[in-house]
Amino acid sequence: MVPLSWYLILSAILFCLGVSAFLLKRNIITIFMSIELMLNAVNLSFVAFANHLGKLSGHVFVFFVMVVAAAEAAVGLAIIIAVFRTRETLNVDRVNLLKL
Amino acid sequence: MTEDLRLWLIPLLPLIGAAVNGLFGRRFKNRVVSAVALLFTAASFAKAVQAVLLAPHIGTGLPYQRMLPFNWLDAGTLHVPFGFYLDQLSSIMVLVVTGVGFLIHIYAVGYMAHEGGYYRFFAYLNLFMFFMLTLVLANNYLLMFVGWEGVGLASYLLIGFYFNKDSAANAGKKAFIVNRIGDFAFLLGMFLVIQKFGSLNFTAIFGLLKDVPAEAGWGLLTIIALLFLFGATGKSAQIPLYVWLPDAMEGPTPVSALIHAATMVTAGIYMIARSSAIFSRAPHALEVVAIIGGLTAIFAATMGLAQNDIKRVLAYSTVSQLGYMVMACGVAAYAAGIFHLMTHAFFKALLFLGAGSVIHAVGGEQDMRHMGGLRTKIPVTFWVMTIATFTIAGVPPLAGFFSKDEILWQTWNNSPALWVVGFITAGLTSFYMFRLWFMTFFGELRLKSHGHDSAHGHGSDHSDGVHESPWIMLAPLVVLAVLSIFGGLVGIPEALGGHNEIHHYLEPAITAPLAETRAGMAMEAAEHAGSTELAFAGLSVAVAALGFLMAWFFYYKRPELPQKVTAKINGLYLLVLNKYYVDEGYDRLLVKPLLWVSRHVLWLVVDQKLIDGAVNGAGGASQAVGGQLRRMQSGNLRSYAAWVAAGAAAVVAFMIWRGVHQ
Amino acid sequence: MLHEILFLFFAAICVGGAINLVLQRHPINSALSLVVVMVSLAALYLLLGAEFVGAVQVIVYAGAIMVLFVFVIMLLNAGAEEQSQGSRIALLIGGPGVALLAGAIMWLVTHSDKTIGNVVVGSMVSTTGGDNTHQVARLLFKDFLLPFEVTSILILIAIMGAVVLASRKES
Repeated sequence: MVPLSWYLILSAILFCLGVSAFLLKRNIITIFMSIELMLNAVNLSFVAFANHLGKLSGHVFVFFVMVVAAAEAAVGLAIIIAVFRTRETLNVDRVNLLKL
Repeated sequence: MTEDLRLWLIPLLPLIGAAVNGLFGRRFKNRVVSAVALLFTAASFAKAVQAVLLAPHIGTGLPYQRMLPFNWLDAGTLHVPFGFYLDQLSSIMVLVVTGVGFLIHIYAVGYMAHEGGYYRFFAYLNLFMFFMLTLVLANNYLLMFVGWEGVGLASYLLIGFYFNKDSAANAGKKAFIVNRIGDFAFLLGMFLVIQKFGSLNFTAIFGLLKDVPAEAGWGLLTIIALLFLFGATGKSAQIPLYVWLPDAMEGPTPVSALIHAATMVTAGIYMIARSSAIFSRAPHALEVVAIIGGLTAIFAATMGLAQNDIKRVLAYSTVSQLGYMVMACGVAAYAAGIFHLMTHAFFKALLFLGAGSVIHAVGGEQDMRHMGGLRTKIPVTFWVMTIATFTIAGVPPLAGFFSKDEILWQTWNNSPALWVVGFITAGLTSFYMFRLWFMTFFGELRLKSHGHDSAHGHGSDHSDGVHESPWIMLAPLVVLAVLSIFGGLVGIPEALGGHNEIHHYLEPAITAPLAETRAGMAMEAAEHAGSTELAFAGLSVAVAALGFLMAWFFYYKRPELPQKVTAKINGLYLLVLNKYYVDEGYDRLLVKPLLWVSRHVLWLVVDQKLIDGAVNGAGGASQAVGGQLRRMQSGNLRSYAAWVAAGAAAVVAFMIWRGVHQ
Repeated sequence: MLHEILFLFFAAICVGGAINLVLQRHPINSALSLVVVMVSLAALYLLLGAEFVGAVQVIVYAGAIMVLFVFVIMLLNAGAEEQSQGSRIALLIGGPGVALLAGAIMWLVTHSDKTIGNVVVGSMVSTTGGDNTHQVARLLFKDFLLPFEVTSILILIAIMGAVVLASRKES
């Protein structure tokens, strides 16, 4: 039997890898992808609990998360395209017009 | 019947006068201002007379006490009411204050007629009356202290009336500050009273002391008495706080007469007499009181010998006579002290007002060396001044003789050494007063050609400059002269055939010294030595005559002699003329170090470095913290991400920690 | 036994793909490793009996969203990352922060290991109600109808926003 805690630990590891990628990478698109990784980690944890507790609403929630992630990815990438057009770079450190 | 005498009207009426004149007087003509001032003062006097006459027939007679229905302070167990207290002692005081005050108001109408700030003067004068009457009518120490401080304030305002003159402004400040030092001691005494008796009301305190025996050593009562004494030295110009009174002569003459002769300076003596219950039970304190009084008397008299300004002579004379009164209280002859207070009010006010008349006559000159021969030119002034001078010298049957003699007699029984001091002072008093008399009124007119002074401000349209004062100024002088002549008749001692009415009148109000104290035993002895009393009376007259003769010799017969004598003893003469350099001593010992500390410690260090530093430091710290916090908003996306991650981790950690520790 | 082996196998692939995402320099490599992660996650969902979610994961997430990412990378011609200044704060605070987060969660989970229990392998089928898809659909269209409708509007807005933001300005 696989203990539930294993799934949760896996979810935690994936989530933390997503956070570190978010902090370490300089490319905007890569940072965006790390957000998707984090969302996936959370999805895994939802499904694991749904299985453990015997409730299917966990699946429904995962479904909604995916829908929202899709919408977010679409809009976010559109913004990135717009930023690329003005700043000519995908380096997040160059998007610093707010810096003093 | 217990009808309400409405004692509170007595102080309130002058206050209304002060308010009217102070707030609206600028627009009034002089006539209206003086009418308002005189009206309210006269009303107060009338009310005082009525109260004094009616009070013995109300209820249980004197003391008559009434409190307003609301208290001033209710702090724990301490309740301080607005209470008014009329007993024999305050009856005498209130009559003297309102009566002499009214006369001086009338005089001032004439004296200040050509001065600027007329309305201000009368507003301050009425304000002073208000505070002084609060002082004498209060039924508890705190309300008395209000009056005490208030008369100091009024004194400051009136001494510095000619505020454009530096010397006047400084004199006002000096008076107020020196007074405050005494007031501080008075306050400390009151705190101890609260601690010991739990109340500041006279009846409560004196009731608690009823069966308490005299203190043997230096106990709490002695300390309270000494603190009160120190407060009195400030207000009544005794050693060591007398230095403000001579400078106070910068004020207009009616001010000198009212405040620094008749009323304010007597507040200290009134306070000691009022606290007789405490003083009589603290024999060591009484000794200190007597010594201070005697020393001040002779010390000031010596200084009066050398002064050339007519008002300064009278100022030192006031200090000296106050010394007599304090000495009287010191030998527990409180009634004698109050008696002398009353007669002194009459003749000293008369002397000051007369001097004002003289100054007015010679167009503002105050130096006696430039007067002379005024006897024929200003006869009315001359005659009233003569009466006053003879009174203060102690010539019977004028008022001063009886009061001063009573004091000397009581002092002899208590301490022969002090009697010698008082005796010599009497001689000196006679000498310098007659010196003043001869120099001013006899001999030849030694006026300087330009004798007009801003202190007077009178027009210069008189032929030879010397003219009699108007009747409005002379009438009060005459009244005071009559009082000086007959005022002593209430205190003729038994030895000389009288009944010493004033002593018996004051007996219920004053605690006689306890039989076992030295003062008590002295008083006992005094009762039974009638013939000795007569002998001493004769001695007093003799020394007064001696003073007269010496003054006659030096200042009438051979007026060139004083120059030669002072030339021979130049060093001593300069010492006395410069008031023994006491002011300079105080300046070097106290004032300069205080100023240094204020500047170098309090200002430069505490104020600039500590307080400003703390405030600026708070601002600087805010800026520094803000500068650090600003880094969070750097415009750098990745640092934002980092902060978010850190925050999330912190929240999660906190939640886990809470969850685990449930 | 088999359950554990299968879990460990797919979990290893997940973690490997995620680490590769962090380490790769070119964004296209990162995108493709993310696809790997997602597919292995779908396998894990199947292990947990979430057939519908597993299918949707592959179709929508790996099939549509990641394809969108790859298109954008190709469109913007993103090259390999250059080394730039970077934020020191990110390393200073972020590093420990992440470690703290991971450690905290893992500690919590192992701490309450005994109370959590085990996972059931295979489909969560109840005798009534049909298979997984049927039951999910029933929940979605009955109990969660309102959120469903709201998300459809959300997608509509996202479409409009993406079109507006990414369109070339008429110059």
